[in-house]
Amino acid sequence: MTTIEAGISTSTGPRIGENASRPDGVPKVTGDFAFSSDLHHDRMLWGATLRSPHAAARILGIDVGPALAIDGVHAVLTHEDVPGRATYGLEHRDQPVLAADVVRYEGEPVAVVAADHPDTARCALAAIHVDWEPTEPLVDPALAEAAEPIHPDGNVIRRIHLRHGDQSAADQPDLVSVEGTYEVGMQDQAFLGPESGLAVPDDDGGVDLYVATQWLHVDRDQVAACLGLPDEKVRLTLAGVGGAFGAREDLSLHVHLCLLALRTGRPVKMSYGREESFHGHVHRHPARMWYRHHATSDGDLVRVEAHLLLDGGAYASSSGAVIANATCFAAGPYHVPSVEIEGVVVRTDNPPCGAMRGFGAVQTCFAHEAQMDRLADALGMDPVALRLRNALEPGDRLATGQVITGTLPVAEVLRACADHPSGAVGPDEPMARPGGAGRTADTEHVVRGEAVALGFKNLMFSEGFDDSSAARCVLHDGVATITCACAEVGQGFVTLVGQIAGEVLGVDEVILAPVETASIGSAGSTSASRQTWMSGGAVQLACVAVRRELLAGVAADHGVSADDLVLVDGRVISLPGDGSGDPDLSLDLSLEEVTVEPVEADVVHRHAPTSPLDADGQGDAHVSFAVSAHRAIVDVDPDLGLVRVVELTTAQDVGRVLHPLQALGQLEGGAAQGVGLAVMEEVQVANGHIRNASFTDYLIPTALDMPSLEVAALIEQPEPGAPFGAKGIGEPPCISSTAAVVGALRNATGLDLARVPVRPADIALAGQPEAEVS
Amino acid sequence: MTIATSIDDACAALDAHPGSLVLAGGTDLMVEVNRGTRSIDHVVAVDRIPELRGWSRDGDHGQVLRIGAGTTCADLAEPTIASLVPALAQAARTVGSPQIRNAATLGGNLATASPAGDTLPVLAALDAEVELRSVDGTRRLSLDEFVVGVKANALVPGELIVAIRVPVLDGPQEFLKVGTRNAMVIAVTSLALVVDQPGRTVRVALGSVAPVPVRAVEAEVLAAEQLDFDGLTAPDTDLVDRFADLVADAARPIDDHRSSAAYRRHAVGVLARRALARAFSGRDPEGGTA
Amino acid sequence: MTTTSPDGAFTLIVNGTLRPVVDAHPGESLLFVLRERLGLAGSKNACEEGECGSCTVRLDGETVCSCLVLAGAAAGRDVVTIEGLTMEAGVSAEPGLSPVQQAFLDAGAVQCGFCTPGLLMAIDALLDAESDPDDLTVREAISGNLCRCTGYGRILDAVDRAAAVRRAEVTP
Repeated sequence: MTTIEAGISTSTGPRIGENASRPDGVPKVTGDFAFSSDLHHDRMLWGATLRSPHAAARILGIDVGPALAIDGVHAVLTHEDVPGRATYGLEHRDQPVLAADVVRYEGEPVAVVAADHPDTARCALAAIHVDWEPTEPLVDPALAEAAEPIHPDGNVIRRIHLRHGDQSAADQPDLVSVEGTYEVGMQDQAFLGPESGLAVPDDDGGVDLYVATQWLHVDRDQVAACLGLPDEKVRLTLAGVGGAFGAREDLSLHVHLCLLALRTGRPVKMSYGREESFHGHVHRHPARMWYRHHATSDGDLVRVEAHLLLDGGAYASSSGAVIANATCFAAGPYHVPSVEIEGVVVRTDNPPCGAMRGFGAVQTCFAHEAQMDRLADALGMDPVALRLRNALEPGDRLATGQVITGTLPVAEVLRACADHPSGAVGPDEPMARPGGAGRTADTEHVVRGEAVALGFKNLMFSEGFDDSSAARCVLHDGVATITCACAEVGQGFVTLVGQIAGEVLGVDEVILAPVETASIGSAGSTSASRQTWMSGGAVQLACVAVRRELLAGVAADHGVSADDLVLVDGRVISLPGDGSGDPDLSLDLSLEEVTVEPVEADVVHRHAPTSPLDADGQGDAHVSFAVSAHRAIVDVDPDLGLVRVVELTTAQDVGRVLHPLQALGQLEGGAAQGVGLAVMEEVQVANGHIRNASFTDYLIPTALDMPSLEVAALIEQPEPGAPFGAKGIGEPPCISSTAAVVGALRNATGLDLARVPVRPADIALAGQPEAEVS
Repeated sequence: MTIATSIDDACAALDAHPGSLVLAGGTDLMVEVNRGTRSIDHVVAVDRIPELRGWSRDGDHGQVLRIGAGTTCADLAEPTIASLVPALAQAARTVGSPQIRNAATLGGNLATASPAGDTLPVLAALDAEVELRSVDGTRRLSLDEFVVGVKANALVPGELIVAIRVPVLDGPQEFLKVGTRNAMVIAVTSLALVVDQPGRTVRVALGSVAPVPVRAVEAEVLAAEQLDFDGLTAPDTDLVDRFADLVADAARPIDDHRSSAAYRRHAVGVLARRALARAFSGRDPEGGTA
Repeated sequence: MTTTSPDGAFTLIVNGTLRPVVDAHPGESLLFVLRERLGLAGSKNACEEGECGSCTVRLDGETVCSCLVLAGAAAGRDVVTIEGLTMEAGVSAEPGLSPVQQAFLDAGAVQCGFCTPGLLMAIDALLDAESDPDDLTVREAISGNLCRCTGYGRILDAVDRAAAVRRAEVTP
């Protein structure tokens, strides 16, 4: 089998706004699609990683001799074998490729081996002797700031103190105030395709790395630096990605594989097992959040105060950006004239945390929506009415002082969702009740609850990151070839490319070139709901540039004005004359005949510049925003605390729908992750140790745990400056969904439920002294 | 590896290769092999032995059901056998996933002897007997003689589980399992309740609240004394409360990453209440709900 | 009684073809052998502990997790993988695709695609057993197949479509 696809060809097809076929769909349903874990090379060796069993320890010595002596072992490498930079990282290069004298989290890589069979590699790992001196791990984020630094960069990764408006606004009389403390546990991205890749050394001291990732070029930059090689000697090609959700934004096995390949002179493959995967990638930041909301007795929000503490774990990853997001959007999509938020992300010896879909806004949405319900209760107001009364509108100022200059239909989204008729029926079937096949509940044991929640966040990167994406279009013999390094992780960018090229160029056939660093510049990360805007925009620009050049050439050749020419269905056609050209001349040429000489364009697409946040967290830091609402109806068995989400309804601000089925896929998939965080997903960490590093005990929703998603409305208000007016849609679905489900649980049970995931004991034992579960 | 096609072959192979692993469905063993925590030396595969699958009626009046150890969880949910031992069918339906149920065997569930093994509380409530065979002959052990500790069974080297014997009872049966997800989940706690109307007994066994399945003996005594075995009429609230408390008292749960002792003890009481209410609801006696 | 030869050699029957295996290590699962020795990487390795269904194959007609089958113990038994599903395909729009595969494409049920082969195997088995399953029945039948991308919505729709196509094929 398998090699990297030479290029994926799309057929003639539906244009923007229609359900074009996925160009990678057929191989995915036949089993032919080459995921990174499917790669195979006849001469390949198997790589494996030795990881720290301790959350914190000193390394007094590493003896690799016994491992090297095993027959079939070709290399055993430690930090001493890293020729370039010893550390890497997205924001700060603070993470060692291989630990040298200290480890800071359970699972931190210490050594890597290459052998002729995975079993041999496993034996080699067991034979490496590490002289450990375990130390007491720092595991409570509340103690991190005052504690001895566990890293030269210190224990505070970033602090933001956001102040907006009149800071004494809460001093006015007759305000209603509500306060709460909320907690979000550590969620995992739990993509199905394990971390995996294949590194192939060349004859010139360079290496080709085939790997599943979200951002090829940033990976390449870090890998090249650690290998001490120039960029052109480190070539990354995107292998098939089995989901990402943020977990592939950081390096995992990239440098390790390349080191092994370069050392052995052989191709080396590595594929993490599931347990290893839990240790091998970053997770969602656990958060503790204290909030206080102040409002007039009529329900106008006056001031929101919050303290946010995020546990970044051992290394920084993208924690700085996560806390910025959490802080910026902490008050929710509401107009709040006075805001003070302190957001801190700290370093501990817990598993490192970084990007996960929703990126800080998930945590604060859970809190601010709980607060809004608390406030509604205190005011005697309907929760939806309270939200509507305070809903942000275009032209309003955010807590960062930035004015909303684009679209943001908060009230429309909320009304569409809240007013949508419910189709929920009673749980007649035992299998449909909480407990499922466990048959724990009869109908009289089940209580139903309902709630609505709103959430929003930014689209794309912020704070002056100066994001861009590169694309190339080549039109030759009537066929368009698009090159763009955007990582397809399942979201369907590959489909969109065909739709864009088809719409702009009228082509019948669009070929997607292999995604590799050697062919083109960075497309940026597949994250932050940015790729449709950035890479879709780059592809559009490249195609538009080709069209312009092509039509100019045809016009010149035939003595007509380029303005009179259009590209339709694989042909160049002249419009009826409007007086500017010869009315008797009508052109109808095939694209094939006018592109015997290729026409090509290379572009880099940028968005409008953004600014950093100042010392008060103020600044025009974001490009665009999107809002979503969810309504959840849940059935609860209060005596056992078991839950069934019966119905989920959503409305979302999407700008423009480019592909209805793929859009629905994002909404449904994101909602499932939100449900998971609400009722079942948590990486349980005790003293730095992950207790449930398997799918046996890290539970994600099965088909019996997810209801159907009802889409009340996709609100299409085209976003100025966005290609096609389309907003990114991937993240909002997992933001307001968690809050809605827990709100519904509160409605059903009358309990506070200030922590997610809600565990059965949180409901069943509420109020009992033993209710504190470890 | 030996792929055995008869029980005698399997026993001979176990005798010839001491320390062999017995492989039926592989749903527990292969997890360990894949993880690297169990190395394979000699394996005796028993999943092609026809005599290990299926069931038959035994005893003077056919009141004993003899189930082959190689019978899968999917097999146990089939209507014929489900009507004879409804609680076992209910338990089998909660094991893993459809794929797991096609492979996982009753014998394997017993041999693994996990505190959370789904069929074990049912077998305990039924006072099941485990039939073992080796080249030295056959012996039978009661369930509590066989499951002796956490993942510990009483097999001696060379021995194979060949069948499980359970009574065919006349009366309602219930199996309830608590898990944090609606499918494919390890039991946080479970309860099996079987009624023998002519014998005027209720037997209750608990899972995941002790190293081995636990019979709630005091609750059973109370039930035998006080419940209406003729009409299966619903007991009064006070009796239900006492029954549930006694069941909860029989549990010896621990805190672990799946749940807490406090929740488990509480949950077991709730399950007891509900199972009793279903069995004693004044309905015509039948084998519970499948 | 069969005894496999001690040097890790045995023959599997995969998708109707005899496939000899040599030099297999003792603990290799059927999944590993399919993927790494027989070039059939369509069955996936998301968890290798029977908790995700991405490795689902048919073994003597029953859907099982191939990661939990010891390869040598499957010698001589009938193994059908996703690659075999494609070959068996009947009438559909795309040549060589079964109704379930085509339905997945039409319904938008494929995102990253890692769960797809396992799901197709499970659904194919379901529709063999039941021609018009209701929503709960479908959900229970695929409860052993985790999907992280789709939230199952489009997958449920694909099953409805495939079931309808298969019923239409049966009725003349």
